[in-house]
Amino acid sequence: MIEQIRTSLFHLLLIAALAGLYFILPEYHSGVLARVMVLAVYAMGYNLLFGYTGLLSLGHALFFAAGMYGLGMAMQHLDLSSSLGILAGLITALIVSAVIGFLALRTSGVAFMIVTLMFAQAGYLTILWAGEYTRGDEGFVIQQSQRVLSGIDLSDAGNRYFAALVLFAICLFIIGWIVCSGFGKTLVAIRENEERARMLGYNVQRHKWLAVIASGVISGAAGAAYALLFGYVGATFATVQYSIFPLLYVLLGGAGTTIGPLIGTVFMFYLIDFSSELTNAYLLVAGVALILLTLFAPQGLAGELRKRVMPWLP
Amino acid sequence: MEFGPHFLLASLEGAVNAAVLALMAVGLSIVFGIMRVVNVAHGEFFMLGAVLAWWISSLVGAHPAYGFVVALIAAPLIVGAIAALADHFVLRRINYDPERTIVATIGLLYVLQQTTLMTFGPEARPVEAPFNKRIALPWFEKTAEGFSMYWPWGLGTTTYKLAVIAAAAVILIGLWIFMTRSRIGLIMRATQLDSEMALAYGIPVDRVYALVFGMGAAIAALAAVLVVPIQQAHYLMGHDPLLLSFIVVIIGGLGSIPGTIVAAILIGMSDGIISVFFSPTVAKILATLLVAFVLIFRPQGLFGKRVA
Repeated sequence: MIEQIRTSLFHLLLIAALAGLYFILPEYHSGVLARVMVLAVYAMGYNLLFGYTGLLSLGHALFFAAGMYGLGMAMQHLDLSSSLGILAGLITALIVSAVIGFLALRTSGVAFMIVTLMFAQAGYLTILWAGEYTRGDEGFVIQQSQRVLSGIDLSDAGNRYFAALVLFAICLFIIGWIVCSGFGKTLVAIRENEERARMLGYNVQRHKWLAVIASGVISGAAGAAYALLFGYVGATFATVQYSIFPLLYVLLGGAGTTIGPLIGTVFMFYLIDFSSELTNAYLLVAGVALILLTLFAPQGLAGELRKRVMPWLP
Repeated sequence: MEFGPHFLLASLEGAVNAAVLALMAVGLSIVFGIMRVVNVAHGEFFMLGAVLAWWISSLVGAHPAYGFVVALIAAPLIVGAIAALADHFVLRRINYDPERTIVATIGLLYVLQQTTLMTFGPEARPVEAPFNKRIALPWFEKTAEGFSMYWPWGLGTTTYKLAVIAAAAVILIGLWIFMTRSRIGLIMRATQLDSEMALAYGIPVDRVYALVFGMGAAIAALAAVLVVPIQQAHYLMGHDPLLLSFIVVIIGGLGSIPGTIVAAILIGMSDGIISVFFSPTVAKILATLLVAFVLIFRPQGLFGKRVA
């Protein structure tokens, strides 16, 4: 109980700080931060599976894209409102992650990585193949007039920032709640020793499946929000690169911590922003960061923080 | 063109594909078989081989054949050395942990690819083939007065393409002899069976791993040097062959070299043939799904015997 209250308080403080930042930061940086928060939600979804359950997926772009295209296609072709569009995105992500989870969880370790990678690649190619509806690589724009949620115009920079913050806050509390609950503790037990968890009588397969679904839906929510807030849906978001980004964010920020994904996303975003001013080969930074992280800080920034200063970090 | 000649042409293109793919996939397969790690940067070693081939042949100048021969020897050596260094400075330090190795090699992929982008640039550059004579192929047709032979327009291949197929076959046979008949091959197989026991018997497992990783990369680079006169050198060219060689290695059974070669011929040929007659996107979707389902329901691969 104490743990839950402390976690919630900590998260509340973080959200208040993020809300306050909007009034301090210059316009460019608050714009960046809105994008970062949406991508951090994606990374948080990824972290639930990778950091807490110990399953390394290389195909999360599929779930992100499921949310994005679920919303985009529904709004573009069925003329649904944004709230129904979000629902469509979440349902698409739910179905996709339930099916993929059911199939991919028959494998483990390296095979799981490759299976998820292959499914994501098949999903990406399907988006290209159905180019008549999805407009393939080119993507399509969601009209500004459609990007209104219960009367609030989401294309306005201020509204967009707070919409991203609301999404971030909801997901942060959901994840904080999950990891403090019995379910979350079981996931950590599976990560630490799957055999032992099974021997203690937990249904490991079912827990893993639910973790994939929860992770997929949160990633899908990020995808849907990205499409709605920034008004663009494109196949780029389904590529392998977008499966690797959340891995990178989570590794950098700290796997298995609730705030790690945000830290990692902020850090990586500014690192890439800074290096793309120097060279057009900005992904070089991502590569070097990945290698250095696996070598020297497999726990990530928040992980190091937890190890050295704040052992109570959720 | 009618179906028959068209099919022959597609199979010829498919055979060139299959030859290159077999080399590339065998490189990936020996690394997985002996070291038990998945090298995601394998496609970049292929790309590096092609880029180095361009660089070396433009440096040598003279007759294109000289440059090509120098590239054929030097490019795999350089790429192999780079890979061995990567093994020494990165993979060895994370103890070849399978998951961390994948992350580290993804990092390596970006480093190699983006460094090439910064130095070599975004253009695709051609390398001239050492010899390239067109051969027109005949086709037989049954007419009223029995079989007659004619040369359909567009049906043909080049001497170079046939040479690539032959070279790949020679290299694969050489590799097989090396693995089964030489002392180093024996040491590699011993390490594959039980690396701890090999270490106890005084085999320098660290050096074997560096050699295997370098060798896998060098074979990929060799495949690239062979293919670069047909396909131009470009900094993103490693992506598709990587995916295809993953598919081949998995279908053939992880770590099994004969299985890998059979699967490479099967997939290289059918990829060539399918993408002539159908949309290449559909072919790729089917291939990726096939891999996923093979891994789920038959993890030992279609040709693998041992249950993994």
